[in-house]
Amino acid sequence: MPRAPIKSMQNIIDQSVNTIRAAAERKVPLHICGGGSKEFYGNHIIGQNIDMLDITAYSGIVVYEPAELVITARTGTRLADLEAELHEHRQMLAFEPPHFGAAATLGGCIATGLSGPRRASAGAVRDSVLGVRMLDGKGDDLRFGGQVMKNVAGYDISRLMTGSMGTLGLLLEISLKVLPLPPVELTLSLQMKEADAIEKMNLWAGKPLPISATCFYNGALTLRLSGAEAAVRAAHTKLGGEEMAEGAAFWQSVREQTHIFFQPDKSLWRLSIKSTTPPLSLPGQQLVEWGGALRWLISNADVDAETVRAVTGAASGHATLFRAGEPSAARFHPLAPEMMNIHRRLKEQFDPMGILNPGRMYPGL
Amino acid sequence: MHPLDLVTDLRTFLPLEAVLYESEDLKAYECDGLSAYRQMPMIVVLPRTEDEVIRILRICYTSKTPVVARGAGTGLSGGALPHATGILLSLAKLKQILEIDPVARTARVQPGVRNLAISEAAAPYGLYYAPDPSSQIACSIGGNVAENSGGVHCLKYGLTVHNILKLRVITMAGENLEIGSASLDSPGYDLLALMTGSEGMLGIVTEIIVKLTPSAEKAQVVMAAFDDICKAGNAVANVIGAGIIPAGMEMMDKIATRAVEEYVHAGYNLEAAAILLCESDGTVEEVADEIRRIDEIMKKSGAIEIKTSRDETERLRFWAGRKAAFPAAGRISPDYYCMDGTIPRKSLAHVLSGIERLSTEYGLRCMNVFHAGDGNLHPLILYDANQPGELEKTEEFGAKILGMCIEAGGTITGEHGVGIEKINQMCLQFSNGELKIFHAVKAVFDPEGLLNPGKAVPTLRRCAEHGAMHVHRGEEKFPELPRF
Repeated sequence: MPRAPIKSMQNIIDQSVNTIRAAAERKVPLHICGGGSKEFYGNHIIGQNIDMLDITAYSGIVVYEPAELVITARTGTRLADLEAELHEHRQMLAFEPPHFGAAATLGGCIATGLSGPRRASAGAVRDSVLGVRMLDGKGDDLRFGGQVMKNVAGYDISRLMTGSMGTLGLLLEISLKVLPLPPVELTLSLQMKEADAIEKMNLWAGKPLPISATCFYNGALTLRLSGAEAAVRAAHTKLGGEEMAEGAAFWQSVREQTHIFFQPDKSLWRLSIKSTTPPLSLPGQQLVEWGGALRWLISNADVDAETVRAVTGAASGHATLFRAGEPSAARFHPLAPEMMNIHRRLKEQFDPMGILNPGRMYPGL
Repeated sequence: MHPLDLVTDLRTFLPLEAVLYESEDLKAYECDGLSAYRQMPMIVVLPRTEDEVIRILRICYTSKTPVVARGAGTGLSGGALPHATGILLSLAKLKQILEIDPVARTARVQPGVRNLAISEAAAPYGLYYAPDPSSQIACSIGGNVAENSGGVHCLKYGLTVHNILKLRVITMAGENLEIGSASLDSPGYDLLALMTGSEGMLGIVTEIIVKLTPSAEKAQVVMAAFDDICKAGNAVANVIGAGIIPAGMEMMDKIATRAVEEYVHAGYNLEAAAILLCESDGTVEEVADEIRRIDEIMKKSGAIEIKTSRDETERLRFWAGRKAAFPAAGRISPDYYCMDGTIPRKSLAHVLSGIERLSTEYGLRCMNVFHAGDGNLHPLILYDANQPGELEKTEEFGAKILGMCIEAGGTITGEHGVGIEKINQMCLQFSNGELKIFHAVKAVFDPEGLLNPGKAVPTLRRCAEHGAMHVHRGEEKFPELPRF
């Protein structure tokens, strides 16, 4: 992949510092953007005369040494380019991030904190984040964490930044732990009811089985096995089920939401709940992932947010209006007042003028 | 507030034996696992319930009394070193395992529960708690959360931060926060990660939901001896390069190998410059496949001897040596000082030769044990505290090792925490602006600065006054502050 000269990269940082400082002085909100593939996610930025802060030009891999299992890249780097580079060395981002478009960047991946099908077995985005370089709301160039697997010096700001929707800082560079590609992957399909599928997913997750993804939809439980050939074959024998020929394409469709279940013209709720929760009774259609811990709900306008949030709350979870036809609804689950208080105070410290993506996550942040 | 008035207030709701203030009672609490630092607390309190913790904190908040939390007291960075005019809040009596949910694979526990006790309670369900710091027989899960503890299996299974789902936290003002949940993620900022490893600076953890992992069907370990430490380092890179993530990968140098072999007779090769232990776990089929490949890689990497554990007894014997490294150091030296830097693995040979040079320069022996998979180096500097000046020399030697770790692109602490011990080295690793952010985060949770004051994050003044000037990323630090 082409590597830009360091000098021009420093120019981009200098320009971003100037943009942030100027915005802070004038109290003008900044809309941080990468490839725009996840623009649909989250709330609209609140404020007048919003300026764009485009970070896509700050791209390229800074360091990648496969034997260290660490990659450091600039946040404007396209996710597809990054994953292609890893793939060449038979490695991967373990959290299997959704791209939602060819323009998706590393920055957007970290800022939204969205993980894909492998999440339940290999961890979330935040679990792979080792370090960040960022500009805060004052334009200060800061580095937290590092490029090593274990690091407990200072508070874990790198993970705090992950999923913070650009409200605490402009991400510049990210160091991530990477993992080897599994030698063999095999997808199985088993016919059963939703309640049985949820029970089985939880039961099998408690056994030493090489299950790397699960999905239940429309009477079929689909499982992915990953690992050494012998281990995958042995697990297939134990679990039964039919081998799916187009396994990789199936998981790709779940990851990128191109699967037939995801109907782009309807509201899509993301329900993150305790994995053992029996089938949720809500109007609409559901698709289950992550061993039962993630339920996607496609609904017509007749389901109201309060009902969805009450049902997920009762299941020790939270509900996000992931895609919506109606732009006015609040996308993220409301926080308890004492938690909101902590959030506001953190925001004040990182972004005292409140100029970075204000309102993108919650009003007042 | 006068100490005795505080004692009176605390005794309105705590029994006599839960509030200690006589010096003979306080003595046991004057240090944690880092005994080079000692300080008597003003009062020790031992609450039994979360409600008592809240009431203690409210009294301390009102009277502006510093609070230092302590778990089992096994920490190695002086994080639980008491404050002279403060309360030492021992959480050792909150030791209930409240619930094990075998289907959801979680355990809800109080902070004083021992790390190993969780795995023991989960064992009947074929589950265990994965992070296994060497002190797991004694250390508490609350302390693990405070330090983000690791262990020998964390390359594959993660640190504490990867293995907890939810915390109940009491702030200094006595407010209860529910951070995280029984689901895999939570709305808002990742405060769960922020709390983990925060060294008792942000809040007091009173309840934890941990993830449980299915026990592997089988585990087997390869022990390989090398006549050259670089070859051993390359072998580690070759294993990872072949796409294997071993369950554990540990290295010991010659001094360490000899010290432990004399002590536990693990069967190590005494002529080796380095010993590697590389473990595989998983299903029977997975382990068979992986062990075969590891064995091949060790041969190709120039191992002079390779042994593979034939049964569980032998596997445990091979590990016994590594696990006995610290007591073995105690056997060959009156005192030892354990460092905790992490480096990119490729810098291993460079850093180890630097340590050897310093060892000659200071006239102090140093044995190295290394979590080779994740780059976490534990040099044990052997010294005698009764020799005048030796502790000071040791600390200087240690500080230089940490300096080398930073220069190599690593960190001053991989798993033991900053505490009081590495507070000066924080000035080398972080810039003025970064330290300001840490102080700002602290102020969000504890604006009065009453929780564990003086630990984990140095003041900017301390950094300016801390002797060794260090040029950080090409800039002089703190140009705005006056110099001596």
